[in-house]
Amino acid sequence: MTDKHTPKTTTKACSRRSFLKTAGKALPAVPLLSMQTEAGFLERFFQKNFKELSTREKDQIVKRLEQEYEKEYGKKFTVGAEPALKGVQFAYALDLSRCIGCRKCVYGCVTENNLSIDPQIHWIRVLEMDEEEGVNLHNATPYYNHKKVPAEGKAYMPVQCQHCRNAPCTKVCPVQATWLDDDGIVVIDYDWCIGCRYCIAACPYGARHFNWAKPKPKREGINTNTHYLGNRPRMKGVVEKCTFCVQRTRKGKYPACVEACPVGARKFGNLLDPESEVSYILKHKRVFILKEELNTQPKFYYFYG
Amino acid sequence: MYFFRPDQISYKMILKHRNIFSSFWGARIFIVVSILISSLLLTSFSADTDEPSSDKLGVQVPPPPFSEDIFPCSDCHDEEQPTNPNRRELEEEHEDLVLKHDEENRWCLDCHSPIDRDSLRLANGTHIGFEVSYKLCGQCHGPKLRDWKAGVHGKRTGSWNGAKQYLLCAHCHNPHQPAFKPITPLPAPFRPSEIRLNK
Repeated sequence: MTDKHTPKTTTKACSRRSFLKTAGKALPAVPLLSMQTEAGFLERFFQKNFKELSTREKDQIVKRLEQEYEKEYGKKFTVGAEPALKGVQFAYALDLSRCIGCRKCVYGCVTENNLSIDPQIHWIRVLEMDEEEGVNLHNATPYYNHKKVPAEGKAYMPVQCQHCRNAPCTKVCPVQATWLDDDGIVVIDYDWCIGCRYCIAACPYGARHFNWAKPKPKREGINTNTHYLGNRPRMKGVVEKCTFCVQRTRKGKYPACVEACPVGARKFGNLLDPESEVSYILKHKRVFILKEELNTQPKFYYFYG
Repeated sequence: MYFFRPDQISYKMILKHRNIFSSFWGARIFIVVSILISSLLLTSFSADTDEPSSDKLGVQVPPPPFSEDIFPCSDCHDEEQPTNPNRRELEEEHEDLVLKHDEENRWCLDCHSPIDRDSLRLANGTHIGFEVSYKLCGQCHGPKLRDWKAGVHGKRTGSWNGAKQYLLCAHCHNPHQPAFKPITPLPAPFRPSEIRLNK
């Protein structure tokens, strides 16, 4: 039987194999030839998930991105790739009895994180609701437009990424482009995101936003201090969200929204540090989390100071 | 039986020795001495262990929010301006100040010292500087002071794991009218229907 078949199959296999071999060799050359004008195309095409990158690879990518951004915006950028801090669990606490709904946090975030002005993307939504009803999301609106705030009889509740310990958005990502980092920040590798928007559907807080068009941040005054997983300029077709200002917090600074809040309603710190402000709040105040029934286990606490 | 409050004692002493301060050089000496004393007070403040625990981390407080050219108060409230201790409506000066802060029970000299206008006075008569005015506020607002010391009430900026900047109570709350004044909000976000994609 083998004798019968051997000559036939070998000739056939040989020809197919040799074709595939030559084709396989030629294939990488095709994009090389046609994409010569676009620098770094191959590197970008074969770039791995951020979690799998070696330090050397990260350095190369950071350098390439910095050059790209400088070319586009005419300013020198720094793209950080600092890993998660050890012994740190970032958490946020927001004092609802202080918040006046002035939206300073919203626009502080826009400036810090180079959010798109057109089409508009806001990572923070400030909800207005009736004071009497308490937190009632059914009657809440972010589109209130008063001359002065706080408006009579109204209460305010800013909502942004809750950085859940049990984050549904990270579970549904088919390519693991978003994950909960070791210091408690849910991050996105924009280069790895395929734009399927499953995470947007999964997030019960409306915290994730999709770049339907090429985002246009403010060019003058663009924040050049960026992080790979944070506020570096994004591209069309990827999802973005609050990162607790990873470019600031991993260097020890408060997030931009904390610094922008005029009434000091926003508190941020390390849950594992018993001396931190958030630890004090959890210990001494009555806190609640949004949509507890979904078991998302947020690290974003609301309290009444 | 004599009951002396500490401030009464010092008030009488100053009255007794007021002729010292009336001369030109006497006034100069008084200013130099008061500067020395206040600097001593300041250094003792930073060494005080009763202060917010984060002081060790380097909490910085900006100077108190005085109106322009109003401090030191002793520029006007000198020996030629004897203190009128009677509660009254102010007509000649500070008439723009309206007290809406438990005004039924209090007036100027409950917080401002009648003897040393550059100081505040606690209920027990202790004089404190304006830079530690939170001690005065904390007499009534105890839980708020506790939260403020923990960094939970009031705004903190700087570093979550290092040096921070505090604000004093008076930076956000006008001590004479502490109720919050409404402010203009920043623009509302666009509704999704208002967003047009520019291809």
